[in-house]
Amino acid sequence: MLLRAAWRRAAVAVTAATGPKAAAPTRGLRLRVRDLAPQSAVPADTAAVPEAGPVLRPLYMDVQATTPLDPRVLDAMLPYLVNYYGNPHSRTHAYGWESEAAMERARQQVASLIGADPREIIFTSGATESNNIAIKELEAAIQPDTSLVSVMTVNNEIGVKQPIAEIGRICSSRKVYFHTDAAQAVGKIPLDVNDMKIDLMSISGHKIYGPKGVGAVYIRRRPRVRVEALQSGGGQERGMRSGTVPTPLVVGLGAACEVAQQEMEYDHKRISKLAERLIQNIMKSLPDVVMNGDPEHHYPGCINLSFAYVEGESLLMALKDVALSSGSACTSASLEPSYVLRAIGTDEDLAHSSIRFGIGRFTTEEEVDYTVEKCIQHVKRLREMSPLWEMVQDGIDLKSIKWTQH
Amino acid sequence: MAAAGAGRLRRAASALLLRSPRLPARELSAPARLYHKKVVDHYENPRNVGSLDKTSKNVGTGLVGAPACGDVMKLQIQVDEKGKIVDARFKTFGCGSAIASSSLATEWVKGKTVEEALTIKNTDIAKELCLPPVKLHCSRKEGMRNSLNASMEVC
Repeated sequence: MLLRAAWRRAAVAVTAATGPKAAAPTRGLRLRVRDLAPQSAVPADTAAVPEAGPVLRPLYMDVQATTPLDPRVLDAMLPYLVNYYGNPHSRTHAYGWESEAAMERARQQVASLIGADPREIIFTSGATESNNIAIKELEAAIQPDTSLVSVMTVNNEIGVKQPIAEIGRICSSRKVYFHTDAAQAVGKIPLDVNDMKIDLMSISGHKIYGPKGVGAVYIRRRPRVRVEALQSGGGQERGMRSGTVPTPLVVGLGAACEVAQQEMEYDHKRISKLAERLIQNIMKSLPDVVMNGDPEHHYPGCINLSFAYVEGESLLMALKDVALSSGSACTSASLEPSYVLRAIGTDEDLAHSSIRFGIGRFTTEEEVDYTVEKCIQHVKRLREMSPLWEMVQDGIDLKSIKWTQH
Repeated sequence: MAAAGAGRLRRAASALLLRSPRLPARELSAPARLYHKKVVDHYENPRNVGSLDKTSKNVGTGLVGAPACGDVMKLQIQVDEKGKIVDARFKTFGCGSAIASSSLATEWVKGKTVEEALTIKNTDIAKELCLPPVKLHCSRKEGMRNSLNASMEVC
């Protein structure tokens, strides 16, 4: 006990000096990385002649799907992958103690980003598991009337910000639990679980430039929110989520949260400027482009545009050196267009024409300009190939046509 | 003539669309987002994109699909006095596979008679372009048959 306490004092002094730096943010991650061996799966029958020399990879404009690891996060994680490999639940030796200290420091970093107490943060494998923990069994615990409200903070498809503080206020006054999936919002917009009266929150590591395979769930202590564990076992994480906490991953999550807290304002300003640039440049060169989602309550880094008379997947194919995503049916496994776009009342043909542009911490102005230029070029080209565009140019009202059904 | 042609167009198109069953999404593997280079080639080096004069007596026009479904295809063929297809044009609102399918269809029908052209199956087109099973419906929606049927009227 005394040995451990002494060790802890020493360890805190050392690790405080080596935490993620508060230095100026590093810029200019080269995203067009030259690969020497193209690892991406190319269908075997097309590889007639192997390409000589290095291969360029596409620009990355799909940060809502996942984000690259911030180099500072990797720096924070590496020691725990290589040297400090103890199980954080081992209570009898220094390996365990140092790992536990790192875990608790990470917990504090996550908590401080959302204004919570560290005792209210439970580490999980990701936002999906967090959602499941938060929602499971909660309804059974209380009255049959509405017992839980669950809302996404920022939508991953159209970037719309929900009025979380208002919803929190309403839920609190009606004594109803309020859960929010903040995967796309944590570290990007200011969140405070007490101001917004949030009872449960899901956090995802790989959406905030942290590692994949880790997340957290925030569970309010005052007033206590009771949840049932999804997986039982050794009782780790206060019995709410058994299983050894993966120290390197949670250190990464903690570091990502700390970096995000320091850089949130700067990132938000920069991303807003880039988003404005992208939208303005596209809209001034192309007619009939619609932005999906409320323009006012909107997170700028997620831009969803519909290009009328051009189908989304064909545009993605044309923009082959930019990694993007679409709300088009052709790109979803079920061949159904995006349910989000349908829910906001987008016309079905525009839902098939939507593209999501993701702008993140490492997106450069050059990349945005390149994307805009290619987008304009290919939309014009696809419109030349489109019978709908031709009909509109001839003055035909598309809504008056009786299309063939199937 | 035009009205009867339009009626035939619609009926022929409906027959085409109802004939081949849509593959159920559940049976399919994850959709291949990897574009076969033949599919990409049809977009990057387009052939036969455009329009023929639809008022001309030798031109048959077929239009199938719906914007709400994300798939609309227009196919036009020009036929000479002997019933041989001398020119074909297409325009498509649809995914990469749909564009490639209609482009390939216009390439294949040139030089054939209308009867010969009608024997082309969507499975042939899918095989040539190496379309994965999930994309078969893109080649199914050819407006070819109805434009071919429409052209038979003009001869």
